[in-house]
Amino acid sequence: MIVETGHYALVLALALALVNSVAPICGSVSGDRRLMAIAPSVALMGFAFTAYAFFALTYAHVTSDFSLANVVENSHSAKPMIYKISGVWGNHEGSMLLWVLVLSLFAAAVALFSGSMPEDLRANVLGVQSWIAAAFLLFILLTSNPFARLAEAPMEGADLNPLLQDPGLAIHPPLLYLGYVGLSITYSFAAAALISGRIDSVFARFVRPWTLVAWICLTLGIAMGSYWAYYTLGWGGFWFWDPVENASLMPWLAATALLHCTLVMEKRDALKIWTIFLAILAFSLSLLGTFLVRSGVLTSVHAFASDPRRGIFILAILVVFIGGSLVLFALRAGGLKQGGLFAPISREGALVLNNLLLTTCCATVFVGTLYPLALEALTGEKISVGAPFFNLTFGPLFVPLFLLMPIGQCLAWKRGDLAGAAQRVFVAIAAGLAAMLALAAWRGGPVASVVLSGIAVYVIIGSFADVWRRLFGGGASFAAAGQRALGLPRQAFGAAFAHAGIGVTLLGLAATGWGAEKIIAMKPGETVSVGGYDVTLDRVTPRAGPNYSEMVAATTIRSGGNVVARIEPATRFYPARRMSRSEAGISTIGFGQVYMSIGEMTGNGAVNTRIFWKPLVALIWIGALLMAFGGGLSLSDRSFRIGVARRAGKARAGSPQLAE
Amino acid sequence: MMLMMTIFRALALAGLVLLSWPAMAVQPDEILPDARLEARARALSAQLRCMVCQNESIDDSEASLAKDLRILVRERLQAGDSDEQVRSYLVQRYGDFILLKPPFKLETLALWGAPFLVLLCGGIAIVFASRRRIRDAAPRLSESERARLEALLGADKSPEGADKSPEP
Repeated sequence: MIVETGHYALVLALALALVNSVAPICGSVSGDRRLMAIAPSVALMGFAFTAYAFFALTYAHVTSDFSLANVVENSHSAKPMIYKISGVWGNHEGSMLLWVLVLSLFAAAVALFSGSMPEDLRANVLGVQSWIAAAFLLFILLTSNPFARLAEAPMEGADLNPLLQDPGLAIHPPLLYLGYVGLSITYSFAAAALISGRIDSVFARFVRPWTLVAWICLTLGIAMGSYWAYYTLGWGGFWFWDPVENASLMPWLAATALLHCTLVMEKRDALKIWTIFLAILAFSLSLLGTFLVRSGVLTSVHAFASDPRRGIFILAILVVFIGGSLVLFALRAGGLKQGGLFAPISREGALVLNNLLLTTCCATVFVGTLYPLALEALTGEKISVGAPFFNLTFGPLFVPLFLLMPIGQCLAWKRGDLAGAAQRVFVAIAAGLAAMLALAAWRGGPVASVVLSGIAVYVIIGSFADVWRRLFGGGASFAAAGQRALGLPRQAFGAAFAHAGIGVTLLGLAATGWGAEKIIAMKPGETVSVGGYDVTLDRVTPRAGPNYSEMVAATTIRSGGNVVARIEPATRFYPARRMSRSEAGISTIGFGQVYMSIGEMTGNGAVNTRIFWKPLVALIWIGALLMAFGGGLSLSDRSFRIGVARRAGKARAGSPQLAE
Repeated sequence: MMLMMTIFRALALAGLVLLSWPAMAVQPDEILPDARLEARARALSAQLRCMVCQNESIDDSEASLAKDLRILVRERLQAGDSDEQVRSYLVQRYGDFILLKPPFKLETLALWGAPFLVLLCGGIAIVFASRRRIRDAAPRLSESERARLEALLGADKSPEGADKSPEP
């Protein structure tokens, strides 16, 4: 019964989305305030119904209701509770339901936190958001219904794919979707601004916090997914330039570019056309990612052609939303007045360069991901575009970005002084060079690792150059600097931490060149030395889990005879799906990790092992956490607080009329 | 989206349900006794695609096809092939699909050229946009206003004078 009410709630959510996609926009066009005023409450109700539908599906999964096709295909009664819950979105139908849940969550958030927004802007934003919601609700109900019942319920389900039975599944997709779908808000803002023709710094001020929220979630989601792959796939790789990963990287790059250029639009009223375009682009790339992942086009063009129903539907959504917004953009962009002037060497100029490089990176990933598909569809020829291509093209684009980042932060708005900025980051440059020399002398090793580590040190220190100057400028004492710190906007600290986070991640990436690896068949009692640590395989014993059986290799890590850590790498066998997966044993020592995975037992009682020493590897993800932390600091800046936005919004919205 | 990636990987694995134990990527018995040859084999394998996987190199893949290819690569190296010979040997049999780094050819021109093209076009667009911005912003003062402004500036050298809008 709950399942049926959930299904019904989803249909109601669709009806509400249809209402909201028409009424408020009609209201804003005709100036009918009553029609505009319904948008927030309809959005909230839409969220409530979608949330109920999601709850109903979760209930079916938790209670192992095997009369539901979705539960049978993806659950098992013996599965631990956490995976029963996370299994809700561990499949196509459920993950699409999560997608619209997040979509309606953002609509509800806009409805709740936008009292200060101009009425027509809010009506239009919620209207556009409802178009997207309606399209995807229709997609779920017509092609991917999670509530489909079976005529005959089996006794047991097929279980969730073992690779997905991991805490990562509980965190990664929701975070990623918050980021992915969160960008729908920036898209709705852009479309609404284009519809109403009001594109000014007020728009930038409202859109920036939402972009930040989406960007923080996207950053965390990608990092989380990367760490999940790292520990679960058993060979210590964390980024594969897989089309599915690229699908999440593209919106991230676009959102990063957007964050930087909304800053210019907000502060200087410049780059309006570009900001609107990026806002559309960021969500378009999210939609593209959804299409790539959900249509099956990635596995093969032919697999897509054999069952194209879902793919065609999403493709249609893609075409309508991207095409529609671009047409709107083309109609309106010509009439936009260019805002504030700036010299090429200025904060604005640096941010333009940042946008150029980030967009080129994004285009590179885009072309690299879609080229094989396009080539196969056009000529039938199959090629692969893998890590070597991306490393060759992405690297040269990112290095100048790293080098310019600290300098750009030190440039003044309007007209900057390059020599002065370089002087301010002098300490960072010196530290970077010193780090390079020291590492070259100490480790020698791959040139790329040495150079990139130096750049990373420069970025980390340089990111704080601007804040440092603003605190200690003019030889201020610590007490005075503390006073100044209170007065400094949190955005300044946020930017410093986020940029330093990039440097920290780079340091982690650079250090992979100094890793050590041993691939060896070990017998219990044997010891292997990897990267200065002695790894002893104590014994291999079988153990029973809730819905799997595993072979555990109890292992001790020693350094200079002292026990540092004990790890238990294992291989697990899941009988329901007759599948196995390995569970790596990882011990974090400082920022480095000893990583060990085991494979087959050989005939003579030895077990195949793969042991790595990965120096500073944890920094890759700590850097991402720092970026998100910086984003959070920026978000808490007082300029985003509602009252300030309201006053500024009223003042600015009012002034043109006064001037006329 | 790592989620879907793992699903794809799992699907690739599902084809190999016969294995009840996860095979690891590179296994101890594959490793060549000659360390230099082995290092070359590893570097080479990282550039070769496991054809049944999603963008995974044969060095990373657990699929049995990848294992066969890894052994093949090592056999060729032991037979005295150069890296290039091994690559062309594999391309002859499996096509360009096996190369994770696509070769420079007519068909891949747009692929390799894309980053440079985008950077170039973007750069040119920025230069033009900034010129237009300056041009659009420039003629705010009429000739008589400019003359008056210059007269005022001549009278008072303070730079603030430039900011004050001249009287009509």
